[in-house]
Amino acid sequence: MAPGGLSGYRPMLFVAMENFVELIYFLTALLFILGLKRMSSPNTARSGVIWAGIAMVAATLVTFFLPNLHNQGLMIVAIVIGTVVAWIAAKRVQMTDMPQMVAIYNGMGGGAAGAIAAVELLRGEFAEALGLKLLAILGALIGSVSFTGSLIAFAKLQGLMSSRPIQFPAQKLVNAAVGVGAILLAIWVLFSQSGLPILAFFLLALGFGVLMTLPIGGGDMPVVISLYNAFTGLAVGFEGFAIGNAALIVAGTVVGAAGTLLTLLMAKAMNRSLWSVLVGGFGVEQEAGEVKGSLKPIDLEDAAVMLAYASKVIFVPGYGMAVAQAQHKLREVADVLEAKGIEVKYAIHPVAGRMPGHMNVLLAEAGVAYDKLYDLEDINPEFPQADVAVVIGANDVVNPAAHRKGSPLYGMPILDVDKAKNAIVIKRGQGKGFAGVENELFFADNTRMLYGDAQSVLGQLVQSLKKL
Amino acid sequence: MDSTWAALYIFLLAAFTGYEVISRVPVILHTPLMSGSNFIHGIVVVGAMVVLGHAETPLEQAIGFFGVILGAANAAGGYAVTERMLEMFERKPKGGQ
Repeated sequence: MAPGGLSGYRPMLFVAMENFVELIYFLTALLFILGLKRMSSPNTARSGVIWAGIAMVAATLVTFFLPNLHNQGLMIVAIVIGTVVAWIAAKRVQMTDMPQMVAIYNGMGGGAAGAIAAVELLRGEFAEALGLKLLAILGALIGSVSFTGSLIAFAKLQGLMSSRPIQFPAQKLVNAAVGVGAILLAIWVLFSQSGLPILAFFLLALGFGVLMTLPIGGGDMPVVISLYNAFTGLAVGFEGFAIGNAALIVAGTVVGAAGTLLTLLMAKAMNRSLWSVLVGGFGVEQEAGEVKGSLKPIDLEDAAVMLAYASKVIFVPGYGMAVAQAQHKLREVADVLEAKGIEVKYAIHPVAGRMPGHMNVLLAEAGVAYDKLYDLEDINPEFPQADVAVVIGANDVVNPAAHRKGSPLYGMPILDVDKAKNAIVIKRGQGKGFAGVENELFFADNTRMLYGDAQSVLGQLVQSLKKL
Repeated sequence: MDSTWAALYIFLLAAFTGYEVISRVPVILHTPLMSGSNFIHGIVVVGAMVVLGHAETPLEQAIGFFGVILGAANAAGGYAVTERMLEMFERKPKGGQ
């Protein structure tokens, strides 16, 4: 073939290929949006994630056909490594550990957005286009914070480090200095071409993610994970602008907006402003509330009798149930009670556990029909008619102190377990909740404490109930 | 209208779409939905592939390679986690009895 023979032909092939790839990206964006929409209703949720999954595979495959790309071998190796490791880890992890898995995969997305920006900045791709360069740098900043911040959130939830707020002297000053430093370096990177400020910028941005997450306690983690999820989405969207990829722009922006809304909904459900989550440890400056009464323990047999002769029982699960993996035993208890003709309902606080909906997922795993799960607004009027409310490892979300001004919990909507005729609290020990506040419910006259690991306590309850 | 403005309009509409899609969601789906949106920004793997495809120096290649690993892990792990959560909702409506 003559060298010049293809000169008219090749560009046309390139254009056709590019259009084909763009078409697939377009369909990907469409399927992502439709998939998310389907995920927002229980009956269609599963098909939604499958649609989005098909789109993801298609978009990844067609990217290999983009003209003028090299390093395809490296791409395949990297995709195989990332996919296999993440897939196996995600399939093997316990359902209770799902929140930290969301955190770590989200962080990786942020890291990938940072890596995109790093390569583009090192290559000096934006010589003429300051606007695009600014977006690339912003995406890098947000993505890097999401990367290291999510890793810290993962470490805290996984128990690799203490889940309590970690504080040190002049912390806010140090954090502010690192944050401002990262922004100043971002400006330097924007107006220079050298590598040194790029390196320093990334180091400070990554460091800021760590510093920002350290002082946040485990109780606030759901909000923070959701916030970083929105961050990663936004970072992906910005990098999409920087490299001119519409699929990244649309998917990233949709997730950024959806994630921001989800974060605000969650913060509202906890009656915490996003600001107070980010700048202050929970309950650090608590007031010592006077709690009257005493903790009154109850033994298993008495608890079983109390339940067996009730006509209406409401279960209130919390993080303790998740830790003890007690959702299956809880369902067994509920089954035995229902066989006796007792009305059973589950009260789900919006932030019970580590994420909104955490309890729903675990109870769904145990096979509890979701029409038995009631949101806070729907179940609260029913507590006064309940003969027994059983609290399984929940604490702050049932603390009546939230009704009293001056309490660190003040204003947080709670489940009105204190209004039930009787309450049984299943709890490992006498510790306080994440907020570090004594729970007045536990000291109330009609509350009985049933100490022990939730799974074994509920298992023994099933046996005792069957004998009655 | 040049492409920068077109891109800004895309941004505006996409942001609105994300807001609308999620604004009427029952609380029970918040966690799966967070997980699902976490999966969807795994599309970043495509962007990482594009920059790895353009990378020339060993440093650029290394960063791009790392980016593709992270992006692929985001997508694959995000999918697997979401799928596992939603799997439990599917066999549900009658499963409780």
